[in-house]
Amino acid sequence: MVENTIHATQAVVTLDVALPGIIWGWMITLNMWAKSVGTGVILVGAFLLYRHKREEMPNLRWTMPLISFIFLNIFLLFTLTDLHQPYRMINIFLHPNWTSAITVGAWMASLFTALITLLAVIGFFDAHPDVRRNCALAKKVRANSGLYEKIFPFVVFLAIPVTLYTAIIMAESSARELWQAPAEVMQMMWAALLAGSAALSLVSDKWSRETRRDLALVLAIATFFSFLMYMGEYFFSFKSAEAEATLAYVHAGGAYNVEFWFGMALGFIIPFFLAVSNMKSDNKTLLRFAAILALVGLYMAKDVWLKIPQMLPLS
Amino acid sequence: MKLGFLVDLNLCMGCKGCEVACKVENEVPLSSWRLRVKYIDIGTFPDASRSFTPLRCNHCESAPCERICPVSALHYLENGIVNIDNSRCIGCAGCMMACPYGAIYMDPETNTADKCTYCAHRVESGMMPACVVACPVQANIFGDVEDDESHISKYIMEHQGGVQVRKPEKHTSPKHFYVGGGAQTLDPLAHERIEGYSLFNKITHLDAIGDKNHGVLDRFLAPFEGHEEADNSSMMDWVSSADSKKEGGH
Repeated sequence: MVENTIHATQAVVTLDVALPGIIWGWMITLNMWAKSVGTGVILVGAFLLYRHKREEMPNLRWTMPLISFIFLNIFLLFTLTDLHQPYRMINIFLHPNWTSAITVGAWMASLFTALITLLAVIGFFDAHPDVRRNCALAKKVRANSGLYEKIFPFVVFLAIPVTLYTAIIMAESSARELWQAPAEVMQMMWAALLAGSAALSLVSDKWSRETRRDLALVLAIATFFSFLMYMGEYFFSFKSAEAEATLAYVHAGGAYNVEFWFGMALGFIIPFFLAVSNMKSDNKTLLRFAAILALVGLYMAKDVWLKIPQMLPLS
Repeated sequence: MKLGFLVDLNLCMGCKGCEVACKVENEVPLSSWRLRVKYIDIGTFPDASRSFTPLRCNHCESAPCERICPVSALHYLENGIVNIDNSRCIGCAGCMMACPYGAIYMDPETNTADKCTYCAHRVESGMMPACVVACPVQANIFGDVEDDESHISKYIMEHQGGVQVRKPEKHTSPKHFYVGGGAQTLDPLAHERIEGYSLFNKITHLDAIGDKNHGVLDRFLAPFEGHEEADNSSMMDWVSSADSKKEGGH
């Protein structure tokens, strides 16, 4: 038939240079995932402290900043490692370009990490009075433990922009249209709440049943809305040519399709039902299982969303 | 003064003289290109034609690469050129993610971002960019787009209605214009890129961004090691599509 032989756009590239493949790879996925945990535990921890007495969560005061500290350092390590000139990272502080979300984010994340370190140190020495009893620094920290409560509200406030700035970096990445969706901002926030509640679930063994129920509630809400947002983008994405062509890498099957649906099932669907069931009857093992699945699935979902826009030829 | 480029695709015959001149002038390493000429075949035999599209940095007035660069390594010159300072670049590749035209590459020798600068060093000395000089049919027209009397301004006025830029929907205000182009030549989604097929070879995608032998540890150890001679042979190990399983096609 004529429509098969004379195609309106029967245009084929017959000679071109080799194009770059994936530029931001697994290190950036890990970077984003770790940051979600690092800020999420603070946001969810603040919610728990607002809802419950401290006695119900005896170790929260030091485990929360400690988990955040560990994951923020993973985030910073892979941020640095992904740079082709890692020692020049200092240029972000010496020659900052304030229109860049990378710059603003680096400054905020550094300040956030410094404050979290302070909280972790104060929280740890307060919770373990026998550790370094005669050390001058430990004594000084214990004497100023009230500082924790003073800076904590500021840390919670700062956790929000630190969570969200990656969405602004993606919005500034004009070449990758899939990331231009306003939904990215909400996806980052839900990812932080999901990762935060999941991480805290893993250390909630000695907490009261009510606090675990609240953790399960946050996990259920975060998995539900994360799933809805991904489905919204998967099925009803804004109909730009580039976004459609990008999503074709998932729609058309193959490795990214498998990774995407594994991410949806492991990260959102299964943990949602486990978390809901945990709200009715407390089961620590199931909650931990849901938490681990959610963290694994979140990584997979983020990985697909990071990589597929980079496969589109730009020129 | 706002310097701009115009390529008359009706004149371009795909000789790649501009591509080679650019490589030589700027010592662009193997596996990298500041300027390239893409061949696109349109139609079905016997009603087929081949078009040639030189592609380089668009020196946008609202450049996403300049906006996202965290250290201002990418910056504007007074004449509108979007220049790059390699000594400041941290190699985050943010610019590569931001440039809608895929015009920025990671130099495998310096491991910093690089791109076409409209030969800013030549322009500063009153010379034309190397690609303009090399073009045998004067398809590359370079000059001040704010000067009504310049050759490029007159050319744009003469071809009103037929002057195009790439991806105008991105609102980057490119200062690189085309005459005689169509959707098939200027829109990368309007032509098919059949993986594993190219006129002379099967190279489709680079195996690494920057130097493939410059791994994570090397990046940290590099300042403490002597500068070894560049091993160009390592840069020839590209992935042929036959082996590549990670890339799809359009």
